[in-house]
Amino acid sequence: MAKRVGIEVSLAIAEAVKLANADVVAAYPITPQTHIVEHLAELVANGELDASYIPVESEHSAMSACLGASAVGARTFTATAGQGLELMHEVLYVASAMRLPVIMTVANRALSAPLSVWGDQSDVMAVRDTGWIQLFVENGQEAVDNVLCAFRIGEDPRVLLPVMIHLDGFYLSHVVEPVVFPEQSQVDRFLPPFKYPLPLHPDKPLTMGAFAMPIIYSEAKKAQEVNLEAAKEVILECWGEFGNLFGRYYSPVEHYHSDDARVLLLTLGSFSETAMTAVDKMRGEGGEVGLVRLRLWRPFPFAEIRQAVRNAEVLIVLDKAISFGGPGGPVCSEVRSALYGEDKKPKVIGFVGGLGGRDITPAGFEEIINKGIEISQKGSDKEFEIYGVRE
Amino acid sequence: MEKYAVYVPKLVTRRENFAPGHRACIGCGEALAVRLACKALGQSVIIANATGCMEIVSSPLPYTSWRVPWIHTLFENTAAVASGIEAGLKMLVKKGRIAQKEIKVVAMAGDGGTSDIGLQALSGAMERGHDFLYLCFDNEAYMNTGIQRSSSTPYGASTTTSPAGKVSIGQVTWKKDMPAIAAAHDIPYVATACSSYPFDLMAKVAKGAAIQGPAYVQILSPCPTGWRFATDLTIRIGRLAVETGMFPLYEVENGAYKLTFDSPKLRPVADYMKLQGRFRHLSPDIVDKIQTKVIEKYERLRAKAVR
Repeated sequence: MAKRVGIEVSLAIAEAVKLANADVVAAYPITPQTHIVEHLAELVANGELDASYIPVESEHSAMSACLGASAVGARTFTATAGQGLELMHEVLYVASAMRLPVIMTVANRALSAPLSVWGDQSDVMAVRDTGWIQLFVENGQEAVDNVLCAFRIGEDPRVLLPVMIHLDGFYLSHVVEPVVFPEQSQVDRFLPPFKYPLPLHPDKPLTMGAFAMPIIYSEAKKAQEVNLEAAKEVILECWGEFGNLFGRYYSPVEHYHSDDARVLLLTLGSFSETAMTAVDKMRGEGGEVGLVRLRLWRPFPFAEIRQAVRNAEVLIVLDKAISFGGPGGPVCSEVRSALYGEDKKPKVIGFVGGLGGRDITPAGFEEIINKGIEISQKGSDKEFEIYGVRE
Repeated sequence: MEKYAVYVPKLVTRRENFAPGHRACIGCGEALAVRLACKALGQSVIIANATGCMEIVSSPLPYTSWRVPWIHTLFENTAAVASGIEAGLKMLVKKGRIAQKEIKVVAMAGDGGTSDIGLQALSGAMERGHDFLYLCFDNEAYMNTGIQRSSSTPYGASTTTSPAGKVSIGQVTWKKDMPAIAAAHDIPYVATACSSYPFDLMAKVAKGAAIQGPAYVQILSPCPTGWRFATDLTIRIGRLAVETGMFPLYEVENGAYKLTFDSPKLRPVADYMKLQGRFRHLSPDIVDKIQTKVIEKYERLRAKAVR
C-alpha cells in the first residue's frame, strides 16, 4: 500500500529520486536547494539509493557531469537554485540540444545583487529559452509525482529532453507536507530503467556534439523546436497514465472557479494555494473571481491557456520576476502574446510581486485582484504594477 | 629513449582511431599528438573533448574524424563531463545494465581549456579521484580563436593579445607550471610529453590510461601557425624545446619525479627561439633572462628527480 507521511518537501523529492532509482546524482549545494541534495547524499551513504553521488565543485560542473553520465545512458539527476542555475546556464542549452534527459529540480530563488537567498522566480525566467521541458509544482505531492513523471517523459524515446521542475524556494522546499509515496513495485512498472538509444560506448563509436556550420545549424535548431513542441503529447499521455495508476491527474493548466469568473488571476507554483484562499473569500462575498494556474511552462500550453481564460473580462497575471525595462513579468507578456490574436479575450493586467521572499498574504491577493479590476476600468499609465513595495 | 630500438615502430598499431582527412593546418603538432595518443589508447575508450582546435578540425557536421566514441559539449567543462562519464559507466556496470568491460575515460583539451578556463573543473575532477586520463595538448596560446595568449604562453612570446610593441616584449608572464599544479593534487600519475618523441608520448598515454585514478599528461604540440615557423620544422622545434630545457620531459609517478629525457648539457634556448617568429623581436638581454630562468627551473626539476 502506498503510504501517506508528513515530510519536508525537499526530502520528499530526494525520496522520489530514490524511487526512480537514479544512477548518477551530480550536485553543488546552494540555498534553498540544499536539503534535496543532502538527503540524496544520505540515501546513497546509507545504501538506500544505489547511485553515484558526484560532489562537484560548481553548478557548471554539476550540469556538465550530468551531460557525461546521461550520454553513457545513466539516469541522471541534479538540483539547484538561483545563482547556481545561472552558473550552469550555458550547459543547459547543451543538455537540451544534445537530447540528454537530465532531470533537475530548481528551488526557485532571487538573483543577486543584492544577495538574497529567498524565493522568487527570477532564476527560472532567465533560463526560459534553454530548450528544457519546464513545469511548476504547487505542493509536495505534486513535486514527488512530477519527479517520477519527469524521468518518464524526458527519457521517452520520442522526447529525449531534459526536464526542469520548479518549486518555490522555502515556501515549498522547506515546508512539511503530507505526501503519499507510491510503492516501489508500482514505480518500477511506471518507470522502466532508462535505455538511451545512442549511448557512448566503444562497441558502437559515435560522435556527439559535432559543430555546425551555417549550412546545418538552422536545421538543427528547427528540429529541436519541433521536438519540444511534440513533447507535449507525451507529457499529456504520461500524466494520464500516471493518473490511471496512482489516482492523481495533472494537466498543463489548473482551474479554480474559473468557469464562471469575470475576473481571473493567473499564478505559478505554490502562491496559488494562498491565492485560492483569497478567491474563496471574495467569492463568498459575491465576487465573480477565479484562479488559473500555469503548471506546464515549456512547451507553453497555448490552447489550454486560451481556453481557460476566454470567458473572463479581466485576467490579472502575477509574476515573481521582472523583465527590467520591458513589459513587466515574463509570464504576463507570454500570456498576453498568446491571447493577442484571439477575437474574444480578457484585458490582461500585469503585476509583479513577491520578489526576494516578500510574502503575499490572502489579503494581499485580494488587494491585487481589486487593483487589477480598477486598472481594467480606469486604465493606467504604467505597463505593469509592482505590488507591495514601499515608496 | 634507449629502450626503443628500431623494431619498435613495427609494434605500433597501424589503425588510426583519429582518422586522416581532418582540417588541421599543415605541420600541426597537435593533430600528430592526438593521432599518436589515440594509437596508444586503443578502441576501448570514451573521449570527452573540450572546445578548441582539435574539436573544430575533427567534427564539422556531418563529418567526424573519430573512430572511437567521442563527445564535445563546451570549453571549460571537459573534466566534469569525463567525471560524469566515468561515474555513469561504473554505475551501469554495477547494476548490470552494460557488460563488464575495461573502458578508459579520457578528457582532451588545449592549454587554454586546461590551465585557464577549465582549471576549476579539472582540479575538481582530480581531487575527487575519478579514474580518468586528462590530456592537455599544449600549443601555448589560444590558437583556435587566433593566437591569443594563455597562461601557458612562454615569456616573451608575441601573440595577438600579448603583442610585442614599442613598449612591450610580448607576453610578460612566465608559463604556468600546469603539471606541477596537477601533481599538487597528489594524483598517481603526471607526465609531460611532446609529439616529436612519439614512442615516449605513446608510452606515457598508455601508462596514464592504465593507472587507476586520475592521470594528467601535458603534451607540447608545436604550432607552425601560431609560433610562426616553417611547416616542415614541427618535429625539429619540438625536439629543440626538449633539448634546450624549455619543455622538459618527465614523469611524476606517485609523487616521485623522473626525467625521461635528460641531457648532461642543455642546448642554448636561442637555438629553439630563433626559428620562431613569435620570439623574433626579442633582444639578446631578454633571451639571456629566459636562458637563466630555464636553467634554474631545469636544475630544480633535476634535483627533484630520482636517478
